[in-house]
Amino acid sequence: MNEAVKNRELREKVAQDYEWGFSSDIEQEFAPKGLSEDTVRFISAKKDEPEWMLDWRLKAYRAWLEMEEVDWAKLDIPTIDYQDAYYYAAPKTKPKLGSLDEVDPEILRVYEKLGIPIEEQKVLAGVEGARKVAVDAVFDSVSVATTFREELKKAGVIFLSISEAIREYPELVRKYLGSVVPQRDNYFACLNSAVFSDGTFVYVPEGVRCPMELSTYFRINAENTGQFERTLIVADKGSYVSYLEGCTAPMRDENQLHAAVVEIFAHEDAEVKYSTVQNWYPGDAEGKGGIFNFVTKRALCSGDRSKVSWTQVETGSAITWKYPSCILKGEGSVGEFYSVALTNNRQQADTGTKMVHIGANTRSTIISKGISAGKSNNTYRGLVRVLPRAENVRNFTQCDSLLLGSECGAHTVPYIEVKNPTATIEHEATTSKISEDQLFYAMSRGLDQEAAVALIVNGFAREVLKQLPMEFAVEAQKLLGISLEGSVG
Amino acid sequence: MLQIENLHATVAGKPILNGVMLSVPAGEVHAIMGPNGSGKSTLAYVLGGRPGYEVSEGSVTFDGLDLLALEPHERAAQGLFLGFQYPVEIPGVSSLQFIRESLNTQRRARGEAELSGAEFIKLARAEAAELGMDAEMLKRPVNVGFSGGEKKRAEMVQMGIIRPRFAVLDETDSGLDIDALRTVGAGINRIMRAPDKGVLLITHYQRLLDYVKPDKVHVLSKGRIVRSGGPELAHELEREGYAEAAA
Repeated sequence: MNEAVKNRELREKVAQDYEWGFSSDIEQEFAPKGLSEDTVRFISAKKDEPEWMLDWRLKAYRAWLEMEEVDWAKLDIPTIDYQDAYYYAAPKTKPKLGSLDEVDPEILRVYEKLGIPIEEQKVLAGVEGARKVAVDAVFDSVSVATTFREELKKAGVIFLSISEAIREYPELVRKYLGSVVPQRDNYFACLNSAVFSDGTFVYVPEGVRCPMELSTYFRINAENTGQFERTLIVADKGSYVSYLEGCTAPMRDENQLHAAVVEIFAHEDAEVKYSTVQNWYPGDAEGKGGIFNFVTKRALCSGDRSKVSWTQVETGSAITWKYPSCILKGEGSVGEFYSVALTNNRQQADTGTKMVHIGANTRSTIISKGISAGKSNNTYRGLVRVLPRAENVRNFTQCDSLLLGSECGAHTVPYIEVKNPTATIEHEATTSKISEDQLFYAMSRGLDQEAAVALIVNGFAREVLKQLPMEFAVEAQKLLGISLEGSVG
Repeated sequence: MLQIENLHATVAGKPILNGVMLSVPAGEVHAIMGPNGSGKSTLAYVLGGRPGYEVSEGSVTFDGLDLLALEPHERAAQGLFLGFQYPVEIPGVSSLQFIRESLNTQRRARGEAELSGAEFIKLARAEAAELGMDAEMLKRPVNVGFSGGEKKRAEMVQMGIIRPRFAVLDETDSGLDIDALRTVGAGINRIMRAPDKGVLLITHYQRLLDYVKPDKVHVLSKGRIVRSGGPELAHELEREGYAEAAA
């Protein structure tokens, strides 16, 4: 088959509709369109925030006005008109609920259509042995259902929407908010600091092992509504928590801006596992529509022997700009980053991590698996920095890229800055194509082409997928297969 | 059972098969022998449906079915098994997962019930034991880090689990030491010697035929069957070489 014919066939086959594209019509109560101090005040007032919070937002807003968008990523970002968007949208009634039964059925139907296994439902139905996963369901900007709070409360774990936390635990929030990602860290983090609409707050007290996996499903459901989630997780001395975040989004024509901030603060001997499956609308085959995803995720391993693991499966969004990072300050602290990033059609992803070694005997592991199909571009960008006083640091980095077809791009951009000679840094990188041998071998055993591709890609990503909690791993495997349907000719 | 009529095939525009005629009735094992470059592996790939192996003329029917009209996975569901000369590595996918998914996909396509996890594991362990393979190896990624001989043995374990109706085995004997050859030979007999099954055994050497007695031996040369005979033909080839026999 000659290249031209092959490429045409590829294009046709890659043209696969977004399976979960739909929107539901729940009345929105919008903030006025555009961004100004008034918008910031509106959001803060809507949420009954205390004075200090409003001041914090306004400070960020004024700083943001002075800043410029970043342009160093290998991304082609269209001009974003920040005045042509809404910064706040919430379901009109904001019920205080004891269970999911009381949630607007329209909202529950959205989850159902998404086919997401809300473990919540199992537990409510009284399924014995179902693993308890607390779902703090964020629908658009406001949490409409927070459950399991009682059980968590017994353990002393605080798991709330951040709006509630600001009202109920102002001292805790005030102490840690912005302590890992300062307002001025970058353009998008600063914007988020000014207008964040909602998000999640987690506090695990000293010595507590969180009794269940904490899960938040984010959804975007309003036209032209930027989503500015803010997540803050604090793990006190010797505590442990595993947090799951997953998202799919309804189909829209307009680009939707998303600029989330996630901060994790880990004290001495604390461990936090943060897992993400991201499947926001990637745009159509021509790249029209789709989410712009500019995310700042960072963990501070503040205490000695603390540990933070980031695991992400990124398959959605038109543009992904995201570098979950670890500041390894405590002696012997450990940072891990496991990533699968899949791009198809005209999707662009520039994603990776930063491991900043400040303390002695700190260790980090980076495993990145990039999968590119269609005309997409997929870049791994990673920084490993070892500061002068960090003795005996160890880092291992492995970046593998898999290409499907000949019109996509895979790039690996490692930055390694070592200021202490006792460090041991290893970096391995490979780029490969799905081989015809592998495809034919799998097909000769009875698998059709799509099943064969899904099998091979899942094998390629296995090292990362096995880091995910079981219920997430299954979802992620399906997602990889669905995202690549028909992408090999 | 398998009927090959005047089969012509090209690879990258180059003619490799030039009118192969061959008929394997149910219950028989036929061996195809021939020098390097005679088209043996091309024949195997054409039967398996490998993309890039273009049939320009002729037909292949499998129990009356037009085999060439089917996709590779459809051929598998019809009961065709291709044993690879160079089994392919699939990193990150365990053999157990691979074979189970293959088998159950085939069964679904035929309208049969899928095997449960427990049933499958039992079957896989039994087949591994029969073929002298440590069952632990099935937990490892498909063919990754296997020696040449282990890969061939693993192919036979796959065949034993899948239980095809017809097997095309492409140089399954290469890379096997004498003990492995005996085990694999016994495996082929055990799995495929049946009145309703057939085997096309492609080999360069006679030695596998000491363990799997063919009903017929064919000599392939320059893309055509130039001689056919009984098992004694293999010995003649071994003694006199292909040049003589094909002349």
